[in-house]
Amino acid sequence: MTGALQRFLPLIVTTAVLVVGFLICAAQFPNFASWRVVANLLTDNAFLGITAVGMTFVILSGGIDLSVGAVIGFTTVLLAVLIEHGGWHPVPAFAVALIAAGGFGAAMGGVIHVFQMPPFIVTLAGMFIARGLGFVLTTDSVPINHPLYGELNDMALRFDFGLKLSLPALLMLGVVAAAVVLAHWTRFGANLYALGGNRQSAELMGVPVARTTVAVYALSGLLAGLAGIVFSLYTGAGYSLAATGVELDTITAVVIGGTQLTGGYGYVVGTFVGVLIQGLIQTYITFDGTLSSWWTKIAIGVLLFVFILLQKGLLTVWAGRGGEPAEA
Amino acid sequence: MTLSAPGPARNLPQYGALIAVLLANWLLFPDFFAIRLQDGRLFGSLIDVLNRGAPVALLAVGMTMVIATRGVDLSVGAVMAISGAIAATMTGAGWSLPAVLAASLAAGLLCGLWNGVLVAVLRIQPIIATLILMVAGRGIAQLVTEGQIVTFTSPALAFIGSGSFLTVPMPVVLTIVVLAVTALLVRATALGLMIEAVGVNRLSSAGAGVNTPVVLVAVYVWCGLCAAVAGLIVTADIRGADANNAGLWLELDAILAVVVGGTSLLGGRFGLVLSVVGALIIQAMNTGILLSGFKPEFNLIVKAGVLLVVLLLQSPTLTLFLPRPKGARPIGTVKPPVAPTSGGAKP
Repeated sequence: MTGALQRFLPLIVTTAVLVVGFLICAAQFPNFASWRVVANLLTDNAFLGITAVGMTFVILSGGIDLSVGAVIGFTTVLLAVLIEHGGWHPVPAFAVALIAAGGFGAAMGGVIHVFQMPPFIVTLAGMFIARGLGFVLTTDSVPINHPLYGELNDMALRFDFGLKLSLPALLMLGVVAAAVVLAHWTRFGANLYALGGNRQSAELMGVPVARTTVAVYALSGLLAGLAGIVFSLYTGAGYSLAATGVELDTITAVVIGGTQLTGGYGYVVGTFVGVLIQGLIQTYITFDGTLSSWWTKIAIGVLLFVFILLQKGLLTVWAGRGGEPAEA
Repeated sequence: MTLSAPGPARNLPQYGALIAVLLANWLLFPDFFAIRLQDGRLFGSLIDVLNRGAPVALLAVGMTMVIATRGVDLSVGAVMAISGAIAATMTGAGWSLPAVLAASLAAGLLCGLWNGVLVAVLRIQPIIATLILMVAGRGIAQLVTEGQIVTFTSPALAFIGSGSFLTVPMPVVLTIVVLAVTALLVRATALGLMIEAVGVNRLSSAGAGVNTPVVLVAVYVWCGLCAAVAGLIVTADIRGADANNAGLWLELDAILAVVVGGTSLLGGRFGLVLSVVGALIIQAMNTGILLSGFKPEFNLIVKAGVLLVVLLLQSPTLTLFLPRPKGARPIGTVKPPVAPTSGGAKP
């Protein structure tokens, strides 16, 4: 196995699963292989994809962020309250929501770094706080009726061959593209991989650990805020219980995408493919019509298991070749 | 033999916090400590705290030992849903109580075994290993109930949730029994020491002759069993199983209870009783917020506040600046050269 193939193998396998899965669906349902299905797959999973990009960065740095679902919920409520109760124009409301979500993430990153607390538990507290703040604003589901919401929902990029990309789908694709650049062609990206690979070595090499930690959680919060905006566009409402469990879906997407939860290894593109695989399973079950929704959960659980085993297998092979010992 | 590992001074914050929360409840609600006997069962706000806190306390008992091995079990909520779904479905189909109980507990045992094998044999990171069952488990529970909310009328099973033994509600009795059995298992034998050793350093403890895979599998199996008992209580209490919502997010409450109880997420020494105290603190706060007429919406924020304060007190950075009792070490920073349970747990 050559070095490049070895490095990209998890990514290749994940992509192959997506392609094979899509082909199976297309063979079974004649209407499946259409641009409409592809466009819906992208639109329906846009908020998940945007959040998962932030989660990938956090996990690459060796951390985890359990607060993202709650931040999405809080953002939708904040937007609904500002626009409907406060009479704000959506654009400044978007700005305030993004600043709030990014600031929230930065605060968590700061606590994690300064007090050397496990990210798992700090972001768990963050999850409680964000959900709680949403509840305090309002426990009702508030519909957003601003005309701009209708206009934004009608916006789409149409291609001649029949593909119609909605604004959420475009936003997700843009975020993924920007994230690939950020991860692989910037100093921040290099710092991130170094930090996740080995914190002590990174510190000794002169990686600004404090700044990188705070930045990565701020970025995750910011992207969760953006996902909240997309979610409020998608549902046309703000609800404090929105997007419960999204933190798990995103972590699952990251793992299926081949990123290692111990940090330091993985690709943003893999996460994007992982999100699409989850979406594909859901679409398949919708198309089938006779399968019950719980098969989604079981199928995703099985996929998760298979991909983890695959990663373990690869790590063991590498360790046998004198690489890093495979302790995960 | 003490049930909680180190010296009594370290337990003071937890007991103090519990007493403070209870006193605060009493100030808000003068009848808080009033207990009356009615139809052969105790009633009162204090009993209510114990009764409602029982499922999380049970989860916390199992979770404590998992966390002591430097792991975490995210699947306990889903395991509760599976065990409850099996109990309700089998009771509805006319099975006898012993068969129902055996099947539910066996399901919990199997779930724990699955988690344990993933962590101990395949050496998968605990968060991820148990994430699989957390995601798939609720699907399995829905498979059992076929997506319905299954209800039953059997008074025998319902007794576990709403009955009483010697005037004490059954959930409380069961929690005390499980806590006592667990404490006996880990503190009267060397098992507790081995669990702590694995948590402090898996490689070294294996080198010292601890059979780490067996210890790890045992810990996850026990956690699965505790979750199954909690699932039985919840199902018996509402006389039905809701695969979607039974035990939802309780894994987080259980982890919170363990952390509030002072067991470090970095593994090592643990306190079973303190974790139960942690669960009671959380429940007493919930009850207090409800009694005080505050909106229940504040519940989560208060919970997060308590969590942060406890974490800050345990933080290595902060403890460096605080006066520290003689011999105590900042939790999780310095690996003690001697066995981690210097204060107690002598077999």
